[in-house]
Amino acid sequence: MFVAKINVTLKESVLDPQGQTVLRTLHDQGKNLISDLRVGKYIEMKISASSQADAEISAKEICESLLVNQVIETYRLVVEKV
Amino acid sequence: MKVRVVTFPGSNCDKDVGSVLESEFGAKVDYTWYKESFSDTPDLVVLPGGFSFGDYLRCGAMAKFSNAMDSVVKYANQGGKVLGVCNGFQILTESGLLPGALLHNRTLKYICKDVDLIPVSENKIAKEIKGTLSIPIAHGEGAYFADSQTLERLEKNGQVVFRYKQNPNGSLNDIAGICNEAGNVLGMMPHPERAINPYTGKMDGKQILEVLLKK
Repeated sequence: MFVAKINVTLKESVLDPQGQTVLRTLHDQGKNLISDLRVGKYIEMKISASSQADAEISAKEICESLLVNQVIETYRLVVEKV
Repeated sequence: MKVRVVTFPGSNCDKDVGSVLESEFGAKVDYTWYKESFSDTPDLVVLPGGFSFGDYLRCGAMAKFSNAMDSVVKYANQGGKVLGVCNGFQILTESGLLPGALLHNRTLKYICKDVDLIPVSENKIAKEIKGTLSIPIAHGEGAYFADSQTLERLEKNGQVVFRYKQNPNGSLNDIAGICNEAGNVLGMMPHPERAINPYTGKMDGKQILEVLLKK
């Protein structure tokens, strides 16, 4: 069994109003050390596969067909054995 | 005149648009549940507004994986006319029938109000529509986005159908509605079906549906 850990964020070129709103709130609190903030989502799924490589192929296919809209989003995928 | 309205779990404007097409245009309306397929060729297929699959993951993301959408894609690729309103527009972009994507409104607020729509004269559908139209919008994720090459292509090909007079949501190039290259698939965030009957106070949506129902 493997677990796929996926972080989805809006592409750098896409305005992230949620991230900007959170950043503004931090600045309002005087936390000016924070210069950039983007809000994304985290998805975790368990995969049955015979090898790490197969699990990665399956996870990548699922990311690109459903979990991530590559017009606006980018993702980071980590697959671990559990 | 035959129209198919596709209903997904969470669609809530299916009956609105269906009843308007029946009462105001005399259309014969069939409702297709998302699990069903169809192989006939109606005059128009409508993907209605609402919150398909609860808008979970991304608006319209899950609706694309359904028997009904397989039929819609086939029908559209054969030149059949498709209208996607609001969530229907989001489904059209997610399924690849239209380019781009719909993002959260720039203000992050859900916006529900009448907006002025300008039909873009370079577009085949819009050039048949006269004057600025006042049509309601009701959405949280209606800011049209596409990369710069796609935007340029849309503008060059005359695929922008409607622009907002005053951009309410941060849509690039003030885009409120676009069509595909062939001009048979139209997606728009405003709800023309909510501006048809004099009881609703507005009738500007009628022109849009009239153009789409023309043979």
